[in-house]
Amino acid sequence: MSNREPLFSAKNRKLLTTPLSKENPITIQVLGICSALAVTVKLEPAFVMALSVTAVMAIGNVMISLLRKTIAPRIRIIVQLVVIASLVILVDQVLKAFVYDVSKQLSVFVGLIITNCIIMGRFEAFAMSNKTWPSFLDGVGNAAGYGLILIIVAFFRELFGSGTVWGYQVVPDAFYELGYKDNGLMILPPMALITVGIIIWVQRSRDKELIEEN
Amino acid sequence: MFTNRYIFTYASIMVIVVAAILSSAAMVLKPFQLANIKAEKIQGILASANIATERDGAEEIYNQKIIEEIAIDADGNVISQYKDGQLTKGDIRPFDIKLKEQIDLKEDLEAGKSTESPVWPIFVIQNNSTTSYVVPVRGMGLWGPVWGNIAFESDFNTIAGATFDHKGETPGLGAEINTDWFETEFKGKTIFDDNGNFVSVKVVKGGVANSSIPVSHGVDAISGGTITSDGVSLMLEDCLENYVPYIKKNK
Repeated sequence: MSNREPLFSAKNRKLLTTPLSKENPITIQVLGICSALAVTVKLEPAFVMALSVTAVMAIGNVMISLLRKTIAPRIRIIVQLVVIASLVILVDQVLKAFVYDVSKQLSVFVGLIITNCIIMGRFEAFAMSNKTWPSFLDGVGNAAGYGLILIIVAFFRELFGSGTVWGYQVVPDAFYELGYKDNGLMILPPMALITVGIIIWVQRSRDKELIEEN
Repeated sequence: MFTNRYIFTYASIMVIVVAAILSSAAMVLKPFQLANIKAEKIQGILASANIATERDGAEEIYNQKIIEEIAIDADGNVISQYKDGQLTKGDIRPFDIKLKEQIDLKEDLEAGKSTESPVWPIFVIQNNSTTSYVVPVRGMGLWGPVWGNIAFESDFNTIAGATFDHKGETPGLGAEINTDWFETEFKGKTIFDDNGNFVSVKVVKGGVANSSIPVSHGVDAISGGTITSDGVSLMLEDCLENYVPYIKKNK
C-alpha cells in the first residue's frame, strides 16, 4: 500500500475528537444516560466507570472490526453481545480483584455496561464496517466523550452534594459553621439528570449548529 | 453467502473460546478476590472493637488482637473454638461461618423445614487490656442486605462499638448507616434492661428523646431512611437474641 494514510491523519483525529463535543454520546446522541445517573455521585467511581467503558469499548471495537468479515449478518447482534458481555465480565473480575472498594461502589453498574447502548451502537454503526485502527480510535473517542460528561457531572455532584472532590474535603469547615449545608438533592439521581440537562443547554447555546429544528 | 453450517460452527467455536477465556480469568483472579473479601470481614470485626486498620496488614493485627473465636448453639453451649491459630473444639472455624446460611437455617428450623440447628460466632478481642466480644449481624434494608459487627464490653451488655455496611441503600439516606455519626450513636447503649431482660437496641424514628424508649436502649434513626433504620433495628433484635442464652449462662 503506497498511499497508506498516517496513523493520526486528520480523518482519524476527528474520530477521536468529535465524540467529545459535536457527537457526544450522552449530550448529543442521548445514549448511556442511566449509568450516567447512577455512578456520578462521587468522582472516583465515575472515573473508574469511564475507564471500564473505555476498555470495553476500545477492545470490543477492535475485536468486532477484526471479525467483521467473518460475522454472518444474521447472527451479528449475538456476536456483538457475546463480545461485550465477556469483556464486561473480565472487567468486573479485575475490579473485584484489584480495586475492591470501587467495585463495591459501582456494584451492578459494571454489569450493566453490557446494556450500555453506546457500545452496541458503535459496534453496529462503526466497527462492523471499518478497519481495525479507525475502530480503535472510534471506541476510545466515544468512551472518552462518555467519560468526560460522567466526570463533569460527578465533579459538581460531589462538590455540592458532599462538599468533597475525589474524597477530599474542599468546602472549608468555616462554611459549615456559618450554616452552609451540603445539598442532599445533589446525591439523588434526579439532580444528575438536571446536571446533564444543564450541560446540554450550555453546549447548545455555545454551538448553534447543534440545535435541532422542529 | 453464509451457510447455516458456517453459522452454527462459528457460534459454537465462539462460545467455547469465550467460555475458556472467562473461566481461566475467574480462576486466576479468585485468590485475589477472596483475599479482599476476607480482609474486609477482618476490618469490620476490628473496626467495631475500635481498632482502625488498613486493608493490607489487617490480618496480622487481627491475629495479634484475637484471643479466641467461638461458635455457640441455640442453647448457648460452645460447640467450636479456635484459639492460637488452631481449632481446639468442633469442626468449623467460627470465622468461616457464613451468617446468611445460619439465618436461613434458623428460619427453616422455625418453619419446621429443617432439623439442623444454626450456630452463631463470637470473636473475642483483647486490645490494651480491654476485652470485647464482637458478634456479626445481618438483616434486610430497603433495597438489599445490611450487615455489621457489634462489639460488646466484657459484660456482654454494653456496646463498645458498632459498624454497619449495606449493599445498595439510598445514598444520603439509608446509606448513612455506615457513617461515623450513626455508628457512634451505639456506643454505651445496653441490650439488657435493669431486670436482665433482653430488649436489644432500637433505632427510633423521630429521635429517642421524643419516644418512650429509654435512652440506653435506643438511637436516633436517619431522616428519610426509615425503612433502612427499621431494618437495622430488626437486624439487631433478630441476631442479638441468638446470643442471649450464652450471655445468661456466662455473665
